[in-house]
Amino acid sequence: MLIVCWSPVMVEVWNGPGDKKTVEGPSRMPAPIRLRELIRTIRTARTQAEEREMIQKECAAIRSSFREEDNTYRCRNVAKLLYMHMLGYPAHFGQLECLKLIASQKFTDKRIGYLGAMLLLDERQDVHLLMTNCIKNDLNHSTQYVQGLALCTLGCMGSSEMCRDLAGEVEKLLKTSNSYLRKKAALCAVHVIRKVPELMEMFLPATKNLLSEKNHGVLHTSVVLLTEMCERSPDMLAHFRKLVPQLVRILKNLIMSGYSPEHDVSGISDPFLQVRILRLLRILGKGDDDSSEAMNDILAQVATNTETSKNVGNAILYETVLTIMDIKSESGLRVLAINILGRFLLNNDKNIRYVALTSLLKTVQTDHNAVQRHRSTIVDCLKDLDVSIKRRAMELSFALVNGNNIRGMMKELLYFLDSCDPEFKADCASGVFLAAEKYAPSKRWHIDTIMRVLTTAGSYVRDDSVPNLIQLITNSVEMHAYTVQRLYKALLDDISQQPLVQVASWCIGEYGDLLVSGQCEEEEPIQDEVLDVLEGLLVSNLSTPVTRGYALTAIMKLSTRFTSVNRIKKVVSIYGSSIDVELQQRAVEYNALFKKYDHMSGDEWLRVTIDQLLSSVRILSCSYDPNSSVVSLNFHLTRRPLSVCQTFQLQLLSPSSNVVPTLNQGTVTQVIRVLNPQKQQLRMRIKLTYTHKGSAVQDLAEVNNFPPQSWQ
Amino acid sequence: MIKAILIFNNHGKPRLIRFYQYFAEDMQQQIIRETFHLVSKRDDNVCNFLEGGSLIGGSDYKLIYRHYATLYFVFCVDSSESELGILDLIQVFVETLDKCFENVCELDLIFHMDKVHYILQEVVMGGMVLETNMNEIVAQVEVQNRMEKSELCNQN
Repeated sequence: MLIVCWSPVMVEVWNGPGDKKTVEGPSRMPAPIRLRELIRTIRTARTQAEEREMIQKECAAIRSSFREEDNTYRCRNVAKLLYMHMLGYPAHFGQLECLKLIASQKFTDKRIGYLGAMLLLDERQDVHLLMTNCIKNDLNHSTQYVQGLALCTLGCMGSSEMCRDLAGEVEKLLKTSNSYLRKKAALCAVHVIRKVPELMEMFLPATKNLLSEKNHGVLHTSVVLLTEMCERSPDMLAHFRKLVPQLVRILKNLIMSGYSPEHDVSGISDPFLQVRILRLLRILGKGDDDSSEAMNDILAQVATNTETSKNVGNAILYETVLTIMDIKSESGLRVLAINILGRFLLNNDKNIRYVALTSLLKTVQTDHNAVQRHRSTIVDCLKDLDVSIKRRAMELSFALVNGNNIRGMMKELLYFLDSCDPEFKADCASGVFLAAEKYAPSKRWHIDTIMRVLTTAGSYVRDDSVPNLIQLITNSVEMHAYTVQRLYKALLDDISQQPLVQVASWCIGEYGDLLVSGQCEEEEPIQDEVLDVLEGLLVSNLSTPVTRGYALTAIMKLSTRFTSVNRIKKVVSIYGSSIDVELQQRAVEYNALFKKYDHMSGDEWLRVTIDQLLSSVRILSCSYDPNSSVVSLNFHLTRRPLSVCQTFQLQLLSPSSNVVPTLNQGTVTQVIRVLNPQKQQLRMRIKLTYTHKGSAVQDLAEVNNFPPQSWQ
Repeated sequence: MIKAILIFNNHGKPRLIRFYQYFAEDMQQQIIRETFHLVSKRDDNVCNFLEGGSLIGGSDYKLIYRHYATLYFVFCVDSSESELGILDLIQVFVETLDKCFENVCELDLIFHMDKVHYILQEVVMGGMVLETNMNEIVAQVEVQNRMEKSELCNQN
């Protein structure tokens, strides 16, 4: 916390005449070096360390010079400090010196002092408040350039307190006839309003005749001020709507005025002012019929008459388009605007293409059909070399996909997916899945599209896509054979893309019987080949632990679909001692299953799938008919909780059926809702009691591997 | 609003740094480094607009830049500024420098950092565009330079 008392004596010394000290003496330090010399010296440094050393040496010299309170060289020293500050070296010890310079009578001192204040100070330092008085004096200075410096500084870094103190001075200057000061006062007022919004009212009277100014600089900053006020206050917005005719007139004059050398930029009269006015018109016309009507003609005029060969013309056109799209313009005008954007898309200049795509993205929701007309141009932009343009074209393309154009668009987007940079692949893949889900013309097309994404960008597909895809495939019952065959083939080619491998493994596990049964169009693999592939996944370095889990589960499931059960048992038992804990646990549980039912022959073996079996059933009776090989189980639905303990509460819902079909033709699911407020680990013990061939059998199994996110 | 104006050379050495929003010193240097890193990667035939760069804060900001010989002129702006308009503004600024320094080159910016600031001050104030008429800007800068010169003469 820095508290400085400025005694009157000190002020006199600085503001009085003859503040030049003539001090030369053998005990005095040599004059501080000029900024130029310092820069030259620093440029000779060959390493960062050398530079640092030079800077430190100079800083020490500057500090000593400051201590001597030498007015002559203060500005030179501060200039050097600002240079060093730009290079990244600390310069805070110069803050007070800036204030002293500001208080000086010399313009040179004030100029560098104010610059230093703007670069080194901000409202977080208490020191800045000391400037308030100086600025106040300088706002009333006899020299306009000093007034200008004060306005500039206040408008850049004035704190709320300073703004409150000095708002009156700014308001006064806003009404002056001096255009140099008036334009600066306008921007300073914007800053004051941002810092202290309650003061906005105070500037209202001064805005009355701002727009009748001839000076373009004043006009420009006035429009900025009006824009700020309208954006901040709906009342102001309503109040300033009456300015629309005046703004339209000014714009008209600019377009129609012919060549004016003063304001000409590449053949257009003050394009910056035109853009500013167009933006203000946008704000005034938005949501207001009358204002929109009043500006309709001029917008059409600007849209059709503006010369487009140079960037300035395009900047105006672009702003016009944005305004047309935002206000309540008639449909003809809107179509005109979108067509301008369409032309922009064909422009050689990349910047123009970029802004066109950005604008189209904003309007595609509201003017969908109009934008659709430019679809082919947009799709062409997917092939652009520029990354920013490609990204926008991709987003826009997805926005334009609908039921009518899905086939064509998907072709282009898949081609894009093949060839685009990795940074796009994840987003593009997600977009393709979404679009396919919404508009797929047929299930087969849908599966084919998914396959295409998985095989070309499989490693970039998001993790959450895998369960979604599995769900999708499950629901497309008639496509199971086709899907599993295609996925199997894809696995033969490439096992590096994990999402593809995971989905494929799951499908093979679930529909492996369809794969080998000859239901597919092509030559079907034999069981051993399929198991080879799945085992290959288990041992491959390319497979992640999650993938291995999928592969092992798939192999397990095939034990109920394939006949080579011994081979499967062998594989599973090997993984009972796997280093991967997850894999080991699964293998051990699967092994246990095998052991339990080992004494049964194939025919009699009760096939219960333990794919996340959540069932709390008490089997009341079980009968087995050897002639038809049907095992029927009767369930008793229990509403009582399995075990009443304090940490959990359970609610059992009805099972999906009370008959478990044989030959794995279906499963029975029962949902249990668990209330686990203490977030204890979930475990479940299943007890099966049934009679088999007249004798009672009881079986226990435990489920310990509930995923942590289910109970944490 | 213009949040920052950065001029640096092809090696990332800063030639003019002006922030219109408060950032701590080390943050300023980080922003300069990050901006240089983003901009120098760009080919010369891509567009002049860049998104990304997380340090200046928020998603509502773009980098608009122009590459002249050995210097990058980068304006960091938010959505209230027209992208194409800012490109034109950079052009105006550079042409103004050219008029003030007579065929401006990097060395002029290096040795007259303070003068470049004074010129910029007549173009952009508080992060907003102040004046775009080149002749006006040059005239105002020259009057002030003359005032400085005459003070220097009187002193001696």
